[in-house]
Amino acid sequence: MEIILAVGIGVLTGSGVWLLLRPRTFQVLIGLSLLSYAVNLFIFSMGRLRTSMPPVLRPGVPSDLAHYADPVPQALVLTAIVITFAMTALLLVVLLASRGVTGTDHVDWWKSDS
Amino acid sequence: MSHWVEHLPIVPIVLPLATAVLLLLLDERRRALKAAINLVSTLTLLGVAIAILRSANAPTSNGSVGAGVYLLGNWPAPFGIVLVGDRLSALMLVLTGILASATLLFSIARWHRAGAYFHPLFQLLLMGLNGAFLTGDLFNLFVFFELLLAASYGLVLHGSGVLRIKAGLHYIAINLAASLLFLIGVSLIYGTTGTLNMADLATRLPTIADGDRILLEAGAALFGIALLVKAGMWPLGFWLPGTYAVAAPPVAAMFSIMTKVGIYTVLRLWLLLFGGEAGASAYFGGNWLLLGGIATVIFGSLGALASQDLARLAGFNVLVSSGTLLAVVSVGDAAVTGAALYYLVGSTLAVSAFYLLIELIERGRAAGADVIAVTIEAFGDQEDEEETSTGIAIPGTIAVLGVSFACCALLLSGLPPLAGFIAKFLLLSSLLNPTEIGAAAVDATSWTLTALLILSGLAVVIAMMRVGIRVFWVPVGGELASVRIVEVAPIVALLFLCVVLTIQAGPVMRFMQATAQSLHAPQTYVRDVLAAQPVKRAWKEGGL
Repeated sequence: MEIILAVGIGVLTGSGVWLLLRPRTFQVLIGLSLLSYAVNLFIFSMGRLRTSMPPVLRPGVPSDLAHYADPVPQALVLTAIVITFAMTALLLVVLLASRGVTGTDHVDWWKSDS
Repeated sequence: MSHWVEHLPIVPIVLPLATAVLLLLLDERRRALKAAINLVSTLTLLGVAIAILRSANAPTSNGSVGAGVYLLGNWPAPFGIVLVGDRLSALMLVLTGILASATLLFSIARWHRAGAYFHPLFQLLLMGLNGAFLTGDLFNLFVFFELLLAASYGLVLHGSGVLRIKAGLHYIAINLAASLLFLIGVSLIYGTTGTLNMADLATRLPTIADGDRILLEAGAALFGIALLVKAGMWPLGFWLPGTYAVAAPPVAAMFSIMTKVGIYTVLRLWLLLFGGEAGASAYFGGNWLLLGGIATVIFGSLGALASQDLARLAGFNVLVSSGTLLAVVSVGDAAVTGAALYYLVGSTLAVSAFYLLIELIERGRAAGADVIAVTIEAFGDQEDEEETSTGIAIPGTIAVLGVSFACCALLLSGLPPLAGFIAKFLLLSSLLNPTEIGAAAVDATSWTLTALLILSGLAVVIAMMRVGIRVFWVPVGGELASVRIVEVAPIVALLFLCVVLTIQAGPVMRFMQATAQSLHAPQTYVRDVLAAQPVKRAWKEGGL
């Protein structure tokens, strides 16, 4: 499970960084989205990977982390998802405005002749 | 202690939030009302910040940070989120309040009409800034960073126009990427230590297993990069001069504190987590701060010399100030840190006043006049220098603007007699007189920094003088741009505060030294935060 998650995060990060460095604004946006998915998975994995261990206290089970998943990263990842999602949406608006006023979607506003 | 004093630290966060919501509900056309509400709220915030400063600075019997630890939701420290209003936080709050009042007053003259939602965004920016200064929790710090960034994205675009959209796009993309690094850093730190509370982190750091230490340091480094993007350290700060130059002037003036948020966080966390007691990680990354700071100062000075318009010149001054602070903070000496705090306050006020001043200066000039001025300088003066109207009275506006400009130049370059000089003098004197035991001779780092401080001052003075001559010592042609009192007043007030800072250098420095001492001895901070007790329920007594 660790391997699959690590490879997943790695592929997402790699593609995200690649797209972030591309010259079109839309690619940058998708790159940032992929990076944020990778980061969210990464935060989640910082609570260690466990199966069938809900982060909710149950009667009769000792209340330590050996018997429950760590709830803090789950709470953090929720916040992070909401914030990065909102920021990406904001970037999308600015991107559209930029496309509208300059007539090009290059990050430095080069006009392509092709 | 009465109840309202205990609740002071939450006010700088709740009040702007409530005001922003209220301002959103009001119709956009009722600008006078919105401006009035915003102004009242901002001035109240300044008052609250001063009250927090007074209570943080009040001498206490056990040497604690004062009444500043506030447990949100009444959860004790390592579990809940805490707000800590100690000296440094209170100082930054007051600085924010002063800048906010000045820039808001300036914007009311005309700039708040340039676009929608200026007032709510302004209040949200204040909320983010105040929260970032007050919080004692890493993830909460991220949330407040995002808040202030979200508001700043809106404010950068205030007034719209192609240039602002272009600059805004770069600004948002860079800060989004930095935020992701911030998250990776914070989650690595949590993954290795199991806590996000800054004070709790400081106690756990020395006892970390060697295998985890490298992960923790990697996390701290990523986190640091995210902060340094905000602080504008070279090579992470290329976005800064361009973005600040095109932002609406009051917005740019307010943004001059935003780089200081990065500096503040580095100062607080680096000294708290990686101070002398962090075991194997003591002063981790200090060399990078030093080198980065030096590179930033050099880049900023060269940029100031090369910049062809006033707004970019101001942006490079921001970089010089950031770089100086990063470089001197990395020395890790309490006396130097105290002087750095004094420099921080002085340079922030000066840069902010300069941004406001630029708008008034440029109002009366043709677009592109700066470029022509520099070109003339490079290729010889083609102008007909025949000046017939000698002996005319200097118009009042130009006189006020000129004197303000001269004050800004003195402050930013660190020439006597204003606060800039005192700040640089204190920095040099503390660098050349190390207080550490065993540091008999002045080391190479101090000499490098000394040279750097002096040379960057020289570069700034040359750049400012050249601009000043081209702007003010020209024949007055045509009609003067009309400047209202309400626009000049904030600039004069900011510069007056710098003069006060100069005259009251003794008491101010005592405060800064006390702040620096408590930063370099974080045990009291840690103890106060972790020992803060939840409030007992007092229904029967009729209390809160």
